[in-house]
Amino acid sequence: MKIDTCGTSCPQPVLMTKKALDNNPGSNKIEVLTDNNTSKTNVKKFLVSKGFNVEIEEEDDTFLVRGIK
Amino acid sequence: MEKEKVSSEKKPFFESKKGIIFAGAAVGIISLILVQLGNPKNMGFCIACFERDIAGALGLHRAEVVQYIRPEIIGLILGAFITALAGKEFQSKGGSSPVTRFFLGIAVMIGALMFLGCPLRMILRIGGGDLNAIVGLVGFAVGIGIGVVFLNKGFSLKRNYKTSSFDGYIMPIVAVGLFVLLIAAPAFIFFSQEGPGSQHAPIAIALVCGLIVGALAQKTRLCMVGGIRDEIMFRQNYLLLGFVAIIVVTAVGNIALGNFKLGFAEQPVAHTDGLWNLLGMLLVGWGSVLLGGCPLRQLILSGEGNSDSAVTVCGMIVGAAIAHNFSLASSAKGATPNGHIAVIICLVFVLALSIANSDLVKKNS
Repeated sequence: MKIDTCGTSCPQPVLMTKKALDNNPGSNKIEVLTDNNTSKTNVKKFLVSKGFNVEIEEEDDTFLVRGIK
Repeated sequence: MEKEKVSSEKKPFFESKKGIIFAGAAVGIISLILVQLGNPKNMGFCIACFERDIAGALGLHRAEVVQYIRPEIIGLILGAFITALAGKEFQSKGGSSPVTRFFLGIAVMIGALMFLGCPLRMILRIGGGDLNAIVGLVGFAVGIGIGVVFLNKGFSLKRNYKTSSFDGYIMPIVAVGLFVLLIAAPAFIFFSQEGPGSQHAPIAIALVCGLIVGALAQKTRLCMVGGIRDEIMFRQNYLLLGFVAIIVVTAVGNIALGNFKLGFAEQPVAHTDGLWNLLGMLLVGWGSVLLGGCPLRQLILSGEGNSDSAVTVCGMIVGAAIAHNFSLASSAKGATPNGHIAVIICLVFVLALSIANSDLVKKNS
């Protein structure tokens, strides 16, 4: 599952991530696209707290935060 | 393409809990220093009061006791600007409902001047033993709670966009311009001869303190609203730890310096009207959640190139002018009848905004 949070700032990207996970219980992979460092860090922290292993790909001005269980 | 793997590895210092506690403690110590060097009591920093003083210095209001160009504000913007540039986090962006943000800025300022302090000063007041600020904190937390309900109902001011790269430089340039006015002190700039506006630390020290706190707040995302919000929404206490660190450090420091005075009566630059202290901070908490951060955070973001936050800061300065011109601002004597009416109007406005921008109303887009 992939969600695009570009343009939104905290707490919305985390909230969107949380909703996506709540709507898809049991999903073990999520990709969150964001365009600012703060959201990248917040989404990363949130996914780690939910038990995901997180890796981040940086390209131009965007970050792809990938959580895998 | 760069890859960064993170799961259990070590976090950068400023993203760690130690980092935010360090930043909170530093803000507490610097606030104590500023008071020792001349700032009004429990007012090492107050974003609302200092923006109000700047509005007065520029002649936007004529309350003679609160007019001064506070170098702390200049330092906060420039400190955030410099660290954002250095950390490659500076981005010109904006366009997320700017007019709404402008008026929310006005509302937040009216609430803050009802209480006599922004959320940062609220916790500095708690650290000084001012129990009125505990009443304010209750209102603040309730306001944040109401805001969170709307966030969970889909409240959004919609996304922002990249703007012209120059757009983000305007606030830092304005900050430099304010500094020039402070030093040059032309006749059209007003400086209080008495009252809180006349009480200030030496310019160079206040500027450096602002720069340090601006840099720390930029790195750690320190935010008074975010702490309580994230704890309620996500059970994350990172930002809240910074909030608590400021209270602990200032309380210990004030006790050590003999400035700690526990009680409600005769607190510095404060009044004892509990209901309106509570409602004022409720308005600040609610409005700030909708804005995505407290007045300090707005100032920091404005230094990072975020023009939505710059517009909010401008709204707060205009709000301060309105508050004094219309006798809405409280004083040590208490709240004013006009202030009561204004806070109620602002609460209705914020409620309307909250509903209109959430999923409670069917959106066209």
